[in-house]
Amino acid sequence: MSVISQLSEKPWLPNTAPDQQTLNSFDQQFGEKKTALKFFLGIVTVIFSLFIVTFLERSQFPDFQALAGQPWQPLSDARQLWVNTALLLISGLALQSAAVGARKNKTLCTLLSLGIAVLFSLQFLLAQLWVWQDLAALGYFVASNPANSYFYLFTGIHGLHILGGLCVLAAITFKATRIAINNTKPCWQNLEASLRLCTTYWHYLFGVWMVLFALMTSSAETYQLLAALCGF
Amino acid sequence: MSYTAIADQPDELHDPGSFITRYIWSQDHKVIAIQYAVTAIMVGLVALMLSGLMRLQLGFPDTFDFITPSSYLQFVTMHGMIMVIYLLTALLLGGFGNYLIPLMIGARDMVFPYLNMLSFWMYLLSVIVLMSSFFVSGGPTGAGWTLYPPQAILEGTPGYDGGILLMLISLAIFIIAFTMGGLNYVTTIIQARTHGMTLMRMPLSIWGIFVATILGLLAFPALLVSAIMMLFDKLLGTSFFMPAIVSLGETLEYSGGSPVLFQHLFWFFGHPEVYIVALPAFGMVSDVLSVHARKNIFGYRMMVWAIVAIGGLSFIVWAHHMYVSGMNPVFGFFFATTTLIIAVPTALKVYNWVLTLWRGNIRLTVPMLFAIGFIFTFTHGGLTGLFLGNVVIDLPLSDTYFVVAHFHMVMGVSPIMVLFAAIYHWFPLVTGRMLHTGMGKFHFWMTFLGTYAIYLPMHYLGFLGVPRRYFSMGSTDFIPESAQSLNASITVSALIVGVVQLIFIYNIIWSLRNGKKAPANPWEASSLEWQTPQVPPAHGNWGPTLPEVHRWAYDYCVPGSVEDFTPQNVPISQTNMSEGEGEGISDHELTDKDDKQ
Repeated sequence: MSVISQLSEKPWLPNTAPDQQTLNSFDQQFGEKKTALKFFLGIVTVIFSLFIVTFLERSQFPDFQALAGQPWQPLSDARQLWVNTALLLISGLALQSAAVGARKNKTLCTLLSLGIAVLFSLQFLLAQLWVWQDLAALGYFVASNPANSYFYLFTGIHGLHILGGLCVLAAITFKATRIAINNTKPCWQNLEASLRLCTTYWHYLFGVWMVLFALMTSSAETYQLLAALCGF
Repeated sequence: MSYTAIADQPDELHDPGSFITRYIWSQDHKVIAIQYAVTAIMVGLVALMLSGLMRLQLGFPDTFDFITPSSYLQFVTMHGMIMVIYLLTALLLGGFGNYLIPLMIGARDMVFPYLNMLSFWMYLLSVIVLMSSFFVSGGPTGAGWTLYPPQAILEGTPGYDGGILLMLISLAIFIIAFTMGGLNYVTTIIQARTHGMTLMRMPLSIWGIFVATILGLLAFPALLVSAIMMLFDKLLGTSFFMPAIVSLGETLEYSGGSPVLFQHLFWFFGHPEVYIVALPAFGMVSDVLSVHARKNIFGYRMMVWAIVAIGGLSFIVWAHHMYVSGMNPVFGFFFATTTLIIAVPTALKVYNWVLTLWRGNIRLTVPMLFAIGFIFTFTHGGLTGLFLGNVVIDLPLSDTYFVVAHFHMVMGVSPIMVLFAAIYHWFPLVTGRMLHTGMGKFHFWMTFLGTYAIYLPMHYLGFLGVPRRYFSMGSTDFIPESAQSLNASITVSALIVGVVQLIFIYNIIWSLRNGKKAPANPWEASSLEWQTPQVPPAHGNWGPTLPEVHRWAYDYCVPGSVEDFTPQNVPISQTNMSEGEGEGISDHELTDKDDKQ
């Protein structure tokens, strides 16, 4: 039933309520978590959108020096960031595989995929720290230029979101290990639901990372164009 | 056709086994609501005391040595921030949202009770962090509640060191707490409504809380983003908001940042915040008016659509707070237009409240008095908003007492009138006792007339050009002597109104023990929260089975009905119709699927 037709109901008349379907406990709980996740992703989208808008505005000030675009700028060679991207992608795909494994009750596949997802996510975070270290070694400190400040800010906030997800993933891995020991089917169903939500979150954060990556490795001319489109 | 997911799992409900899990680490939405409410009221009393101190200085300058220019600015800042965020937002959504949502939609609890509990404890932590700023070196920040950089983090502003840091950290914690609670509220409303509770059968209180929560979830991130960036500027020396600047004769290392950028971010949160406070108040006052006028709310659908429209429009009016900030003047035209547009659904709501009262069987109970008082104060504050929304009128009035009068009437006094109405209305449900009516009426008249004695003269001070946030006016030619007399009169009124609130607190404490025992449905309301098997509702709210909803929440004095009101959970077939009317209605009922079954 569409939102518009729901909002057009005349509740003061009798018999305006359509039939309802009662879902079972599992479907209801999954639905609740899915709804909450959708709203949460909406909030995260607002946070990153606002950061990006301020970045575009700030990029038009004369003291802003882009981190890419010219050969001597550190992110013109973005190989290190591509490696990190691959790490995050692999962890997302591993989570997807864990969810499929849980659906088919394949214990080994689920556990192995979960392990890979956790490992590669941690690796991604460490690799991001490595990029920070490299930039600092080159003299690109957080306060030396607004472009640097934004690089540390974007990667830091994105990393914190991954870290939050990892906490949830750690709890799921713990649960999965216990289920594997006891091997109970309904629990696999619950786990599959959690893994599906985690996978959505991971894919979403991968998408955010791709946007941030593209933004931070763009040239000053690109910023100028984007800022002009935003009206700055 | 299915459209909602509901299932009753009383067995799965968290069980409060011990005293601690029942009353302290409680996951019960009712206990969490009371925890939120008590904390918010306590911290609100601190903010009330701060306003009293400010008024003492303004009314009787050079009299109180302990109020210095710095401490005055700190009082202003903390008063504003506490009232807007830590009292109004927390009490309306954390308090009333938590209490009313599950009861009004027929759920046993919030869908994520543990997260709900964490939300309160995070909120309490944010309050503790904020209050601790009174005790750090330099005291709390005195940057004004808007915390504008560059002055907020520069030497010379009170609390520029520890005070501002604690404020920003406290805000960040509050936002995390709100997000935890907010996700619960929206998910519960979307996913956990009982059988028959369609979206359009929800009481307007729930609609107000629902849309306000969505606004909060989308607007608070802007405050979080600006707080994080300002923390970077303060702690790491970045220049997001800080321009090149010479402070106290010293050239600072900042360069190129944009203070106006902060203002945009702040007001992108700040204006929706007005509606985060106002929309739940709109919803609750609608319900109180309807119950005590014994009439259905006039134009229910329009009221719902207006809430949704106001929610949407509130995101495109923010820069009317920034006409004098130096932003592109072309923006002024756009934001003045959107501001006038948002006045349309808002005015529509006011008309509908008045039309609900029209020819109603009005019971002048204490909640009703406060609700009617709200219509006055809100109309008053709303009309002055039309002045300030227009660029040419705003420019001379900006940063004067006219603005102070406007926003206190519209988002200070008005939501607080609704909060009082709501507390008097739902207190019997929460405690099983009635509040004392005599004390309540005294409280209403003193508060209502008192607030007019405070804020009406402030409009005139604003017309004279008396600036806000000034510790002392000094010798200023354009401000006549009489302005000072007016200020003294305002202070006396403010102090009286402040003291009267203690009578309200006393009434609550006295009534908890000595109040008249409340009947199950003392106001004869038809909404679901009053139909629980026990009053106050027990853990799990509804006994062995969830209620089933058969009608909307506003069946009062329905033509042909014998009863003055019909609760939402009474089936259509059981409606008591007078002779001659029953047959006609039962024809309708024959088509009712529930009844056929």
